[in-house]
Amino acid sequence: MTPQEFIAYEARLLDEARYDDWLTLFAADGRYWVPLKGAAQAEGEPHNALADEDHLLLSLRVQRLKNPKAHSQHPRSRSQHVLQVSQQLKGDAYSCELHTPFLYIESRGSRQLLLAGSATHRLVRAGDAWRIRLKRVDLLDAGEPLPAIQLFP
Amino acid sequence: MALTRKDIQALVQDDRVHRDLYVSQELFALEQRHFFANTWQFVGHASQVPAAGDYFSVEIASQPLLMVRQADGGIRVLHNRCAHKGMPLSTDACGNTGKFWRCPYHAWTYKLDGTPLAFPMKKGYEGTRMPESEAGQGMGAVKDVEVYRDFVFCKFSEGGPDFRSFFGGVLAAIDNLVDRSPTGKLRVEGGILRNVIHCNWKMYLENINDTVHPQSAHESATQAANLLWQGKPADEPKPMAMEQILPFGAGYDFFDRMGGRVYPNGHSMLGVNFSIHSGYAQVPEYEAALQAAHGAERTAEILQRSPQNSVFFPSLAVKSSPQAIRVIRPLAADRTLVEAWSFRVDGAPDLLFERSMTYNRLVFSPMSVVAHDDVHLFESIQQGLQSDHNEWVSLHRDFDASELEGGTREVNGTNELLMRNQFRAWARYMTVDME
Repeated sequence: MTPQEFIAYEARLLDEARYDDWLTLFAADGRYWVPLKGAAQAEGEPHNALADEDHLLLSLRVQRLKNPKAHSQHPRSRSQHVLQVSQQLKGDAYSCELHTPFLYIESRGSRQLLLAGSATHRLVRAGDAWRIRLKRVDLLDAGEPLPAIQLFP
Repeated sequence: MALTRKDIQALVQDDRVHRDLYVSQELFALEQRHFFANTWQFVGHASQVPAAGDYFSVEIASQPLLMVRQADGGIRVLHNRCAHKGMPLSTDACGNTGKFWRCPYHAWTYKLDGTPLAFPMKKGYEGTRMPESEAGQGMGAVKDVEVYRDFVFCKFSEGGPDFRSFFGGVLAAIDNLVDRSPTGKLRVEGGILRNVIHCNWKMYLENINDTVHPQSAHESATQAANLLWQGKPADEPKPMAMEQILPFGAGYDFFDRMGGRVYPNGHSMLGVNFSIHSGYAQVPEYEAALQAAHGAERTAEILQRSPQNSVFFPSLAVKSSPQAIRVIRPLAADRTLVEAWSFRVDGAPDLLFERSMTYNRLVFSPMSVVAHDDVHLFESIQQGLQSDHNEWVSLHRDFDASELEGGTREVNGTNELLMRNQFRAWARYMTVDME
């Protein structure tokens, strides 16, 4: 899989609700990060995030979604990523970084939420596959009042 | 037919409230004019406007306002409206206006305190009634503003109780938060998490005092956390996220024993004995710094008390540990803006600030795993209340007729008095200036 194919595959797993499979795409030290200032937030800046999750917290999220007592999943949320072609910013045979602008639609019952933003993926090579070391999601409206976002932009 | 004082008071009974309190747009419109005007609202924190000319925009009860640092170091709350045609003096969320305000539309200018400075084409107004009219009076400042240990509050109506008699004993919760700094200073940092929830603001506020819901409402989050943490040795240091999420799974008995206290005017403190925040790891060098500042006895008192929530009715909820506040801004009968703010405690290690941000992110973010179930329940209740089968919301738990005497009172942590107390204050301040 090329890095670009990997990004498209990752989004497909999310939109098909294959969260366990999606988790395996993360390296052991992988991080999923949605900074509160969006693209304006520098890495390492002491500022909060909408989500900042290591493997433990991502697993917790996925476990919770499977729990029948996850009240907010009655009815279930669905997601659709509409990705632009990923642009590779840097990389070699062992690691690379890609930039992917997107539209993200999360819908639940009759209510729909539309978010725009761009994702930055930092990938590392593990054997013959790529793994996510960092998925940074910069939402256009990260600091604005938002309704609940239940899945993974 | 317009609602009378009597109609409104009939909606709040001793042990239950009518659903109209949550769903009626007409009552919401009346709240804007009566209830919010007659009570003290949280505006902001002085650390958001450190220098002269710094301002912070805020909307309270539909009123566009600016909290502004004055040249003399004081803080004022101005109406964000040009006296000429209504243009806001700033449409940015915050910034610095310099030495004066200047309207972008026709360049009318105002001093930092909102009084008129100048306007172009002065001659054209000679002999007109403009200078004596509202347009000649400047932006206008909110008269009743109180800065309590850097927390800024205001009240719109001329009547009603003064600041100290309104809040009374619950101010100790701000003291406990601020005294966590050896220098007595906090700073709002790390950004504000903003949620729009499709429910009535009173439902959200009521839930801040509800300790019976965590066990059932948050089962999915706490079960997932327990699953991931099970089998770890008891002395294994918990990651901060686990330290903060696991206690949500505490049982009914824990929440009952944590105790609650109500104050006059709707305020309350939950977790007067202990809370889900009591188990956070201590930081010896920080404790030493506090002892140097406050002495050993006061330090122990400050650190021992980590109430679950202290409600400054109707717009603020305070957690002294992990140094976080929630600000409740009603938008419509069925829409509420809830903000979670983090504080950096001056003179304390970074760990405390990280705790504040992590807690807010895990529990109050639009992407929080804990809040999703809360938000779903509130938004669903808002729908459920449409049922004509039963027009009342029960608040009967632990009702005791002697509580009707009012005053400050300590009760068990699961007692619905904390909510009844809010609704009694609501009925009072909603109707106090009605015919």
